Amino acid sequence: MMFQALHDAKLVWLCSGVLFLLVVSTLIGHLLKSRRTDANRSTIDNLNARIRAWWKMAAIFALAVLIGKVGALILFALISFLAMREYMTLVPTRRGDHLTLFWSFFVIMPLQYYLIGIQWYGFFAIMIPVLAFVFVPTSIAIAGDTEHFLERAAKIQFGIMVCAYCLSHAPALLLLRIPGFEGHNARLLLYLVIVDQMSDVLQYVWGKLIGKHKIAWRVSPNKTWEGFVGGVASATALGTALWWATPFTPLQSAGMSFTICLLGFAGGLVMSAIKRDIGIKDFGVVIEGHGGILDRIDSLCFAAPIFFHLIRYYFVP
Amino acid sequence: MTTGIHPVASLLAAVARGITGVQVQWAGCEPSERQRIYFANHSSHLDFVVLWSALPSEIRAKTRPIAAKDYWENTALRLYLAQNVFHAVLLERGAVAKAQHPEEAHFVGRHLIDQMVEALGTQNSLIFFPEGTRGTGEKLAPFRSGIYHLALRRPDVQLVPAYLENLNRILPKGEFLPVPMLSLLTFGKPIQVEPDEDKDAFLERAREAVASLRRIGNA
Repeated sequence: MMFQALHDAKLVWLCSGVLFLLVVSTLIGHLLKSRRTDANRSTIDNLNARIRAWWKMAAIFALAVLIGKVGALILFALISFLAMREYMTLVPTRRGDHLTLFWSFFVIMPLQYYLIGIQWYGFFAIMIPVLAFVFVPTSIAIAGDTEHFLERAAKIQFGIMVCAYCLSHAPALLLLRIPGFEGHNARLLLYLVIVDQMSDVLQYVWGKLIGKHKIAWRVSPNKTWEGFVGGVASATALGTALWWATPFTPLQSAGMSFTICLLGFAGGLVMSAIKRDIGIKDFGVVIEGHGGILDRIDSLCFAAPIFFHLIRYYFVP
Repeated sequence: MTTGIHPVASLLAAVARGITGVQVQWAGCEPSERQRIYFANHSSHLDFVVLWSALPSEIRAKTRPIAAKDYWENTALRLYLAQNVFHAVLLERGAVAKAQHPEEAHFVGRHLIDQMVEALGTQNSLIFFPEGTRGTGEKLAPFRSGIYHLALRRPDVQLVPAYLENLNRILPKGEFLPVPMLSLLTFGKPIQVEPDEDKDAFLERAREAVASLRRIGNA
């Protein structure tokens, strides 16, 4: 049913909380803008640009969640598509991969979301790691070009895994039947996205404020221990404080959000390493104006499947 | 001849833009209604549609592609697309090479240039792929001489180089199904034939003008 979500008071509270955060950060952004100096001008302009982007992302996401399951599936399928597009554009592929890539974009990825739509969990769980895993190298081998064969197959498999399989576990949260929590799964999706994205934001903020000691300067010059500890701690605190919206106790909620934060960090780190390997700074920078969807969701790609399976293991009988 | 935009052309342009997510950069000049010859690298059937769709609509209505007659007259659908939808100027490919003796070659060549000059008329622009055929996208083939002769006949028309990037990965020669990767289109600084520049020097310079617009490497 459309807009059923509006009848879920706690979901509305979560959305209002996000709105409140956006308003506060916009005000802070304006305040900083009026006090900027030449030294911090670019950082503050960048911050304000990020806040504006957040308004748009939050609006699109809220609309999709309000529409219901179909809205969320379409939104995430679209994000998968755009992320996979960025990934495949920047990863070197050869002419012999053409048909395999076509299948990845137009059959495998949409099928993954369709399987969530028809609630076929068993097939959803194995379609990409088993069937697509076998299909990709076979189809490249049939095309006949053996140059860099293993590399090409692996790169395409990884792209499908991260952009389609991993990410699809976020809307798949809507499938889970948790006793006593029926009809409220949209809150879990929102919880995951809020904790994950706030962890990114808070790590950035803490890093900018007090960041000194780099974690892996070769991989990502912006990730510092101070940012990591501060961001993970404050995002975990935020997640814990949102326990009332979930089927978790406060302690369980702390564990869940801590896990989401750690995996989000892992996702960001791995995608940074891939970017260094390809020789670019952002997935969105080489193709200006395309925003870098993959830069935004790298943390979600790693956090979503683990969060999904933790809930499925502990909360779904 | 001034031509309106065929609805199918607008539709195909929108589809091509969607599939290729093309990012357009006017690096060396601005969009302009003055008469121009846009010349670019050629690696995909999408090349013309993408380049054409990147132009503002009032310019698009007056911009026609130069296309190979043998290929586009081959089936009824292709002929319909070339003639009715995109108002292509269809030219016989390799006609000069096929000529029996130099005088005939000269005559045939002159006739081809005449057709292009006529298509330009007083207000049209042309889209031109001087490599003459679609390549793999890795390297630019040597340019055919048509663009040089055309430039001499119409020195008032601006020659605008353009580079279409990644389209060879989206729809390579011989494939029917597109892979929706992202692409780039860069327009460069207009060039012209310099006084006492010979044909080969100009063609090499024109080729260099296109190649220099490449922004990221292809696999």
